Amino acid sequence: MPPEAPSRIWAMFQRYLVLHRRSLIRAFDIFFWPVMDLLIWGFVTLYIQEDIAAGSAAHLVVFLIGAMISWDIHYRGQQAVTISLMEEIWTRNIVNILIAPIRLWEWIAASFLYGALKVGIVTALLALLAQWLYAFELLRVGWAFFPLAANLLLFGWAIGIFTAGLLLRFGYAAEALIWGIPFLLQPFSCVFYPLGTLPAWAQAIARCLPSTYVFEALRAVLQGGLITWTVWPLILGLNALYVALGIGCFVWLFRRARADGRLGHLGQD
Amino acid sequence: MPEPAVAIHQLVHRYQRAERAAVDGLHLSVARGEIVGLLGPNGAGKTTTLHAVLGLLKPTAGVVKVFGRSPLSERSLVLPRLNFASVDVDLPSNLTVAESLWIFAGLYGVRTRRQRLDELLERFELIPLARHLIGTLSAGEQMRLKLCKALLNEPELLILDEPTLSLDPYRAQKVRGLLRSIQRERRLAILHTSHNMQEVETFCDRIVFLHQGRALAEGSPREVLERFQSRSLDELFIRAAETGELFDAA
Repeated sequence: MPPEAPSRIWAMFQRYLVLHRRSLIRAFDIFFWPVMDLLIWGFVTLYIQEDIAAGSAAHLVVFLIGAMISWDIHYRGQQAVTISLMEEIWTRNIVNILIAPIRLWEWIAASFLYGALKVGIVTALLALLAQWLYAFELLRVGWAFFPLAANLLLFGWAIGIFTAGLLLRFGYAAEALIWGIPFLLQPFSCVFYPLGTLPAWAQAIARCLPSTYVFEALRAVLQGGLITWTVWPLILGLNALYVALGIGCFVWLFRRARADGRLGHLGQD
Repeated sequence: MPEPAVAIHQLVHRYQRAERAAVDGLHLSVARGEIVGLLGPNGAGKTTTLHAVLGLLKPTAGVVKVFGRSPLSERSLVLPRLNFASVDVDLPSNLTVAESLWIFAGLYGVRTRRQRLDELLERFELIPLARHLIGTLSAGEQMRLKLCKALLNEPELLILDEPTLSLDPYRAQKVRGLLRSIQRERRLAILHTSHNMQEVETFCDRIVFLHQGRALAEGSPREVLERFQSRSLDELFIRAAETGELFDAA
């Protein structure tokens, strides 16, 4: 080993370490993914254990595949909104867009359209693959699948607007958050297990998310049951609240970024 | 009397955790059809001033008006009338030259898109590159493309941040000539920053020397040189950057 090697290794080690000292968000990234993995897989394991003990594990594969495809609708919806903005920051084009006579809502509407197109294509592809590989028919859910999927997409958009606001306010430092926030909601959305699997404190959080009711409804239908009509006002009401909160936060974060002079320097930090 | 293209009164902006204000009580106006150069060392407040005019930042204090309107609260009335090109702001590297201009023409509501694109590509000698990805262009070619984008909407006010920095002297001269001819044709107002003092001397009608957010001197390049008894703007620039002061010869 050359004598200068330790000094060079130490220099590069410090180069990575110093980033975490300046940014809490980057530090958060270290712990976030392992904790989320533990929560999700822990609750999934509990659910499988309970189902095996109850002798009703036959429908597990159907549930898991249906849940995975449906979760992707929410996730792609969120990502399309945020990645559209991120794309402009990566290519250092964001200032050109911000000084063009396009209103913020028009820009958001364009990213919604793009998100809906992506979600439509990906869901169709996954549904075909699942049918071919696992004989899983997504339309077993029936026509109710479409309003349920639309609500997952709407919730994805609400989160996407919020994370887009974080990007405007914090720039690259918020990148970890835009990938992580949907997965922060995943354990509480009861994607892969029913609400009853969660401990009481987590159930309280889960009941505040429209996605929880969507996944509960999907499981009910896949088990051969029906969706109770009383659940629709709850899903729509919560979604309306989250969309309003998402827009409110975006506008506030945009104004803060403008007051701090960050908008003109996005992509250069 | 028509409103000036840009009117700035007592502009102050202090960034979070900054020791001093980036712009500190600046007054500035740009008349229609006038080319004004903002000069000053790094950190003098040039870019902050441009960002305030573009509505990219809300100043800590002061008033900024573009054609008599606020670029913050009246964006939809102000932004269609101006455009911007900067060495620090790129066009998407993953689009072709033609795609990128086509999209921006849509954003600016250009009616005869195809015709306008062809006209600009020809003027800036970019027709052979129309189908090339922007990421594959040289820095000079990218700057010419940014100027095309900045002229798409036939703006009445053009804001340029170091427009010729990445151009070789031959291209830089051609671009200046082109901008001058467009500016005369359309009585275009230009607010311009540059560290190229020779360019500023020949290109600008009026210059404003900034230092630590304040205007140290203002006038036509000739007036400023005479007033401070300097042979060149380069010499004056160095004097201002070193001492932070310019003493009137009178």
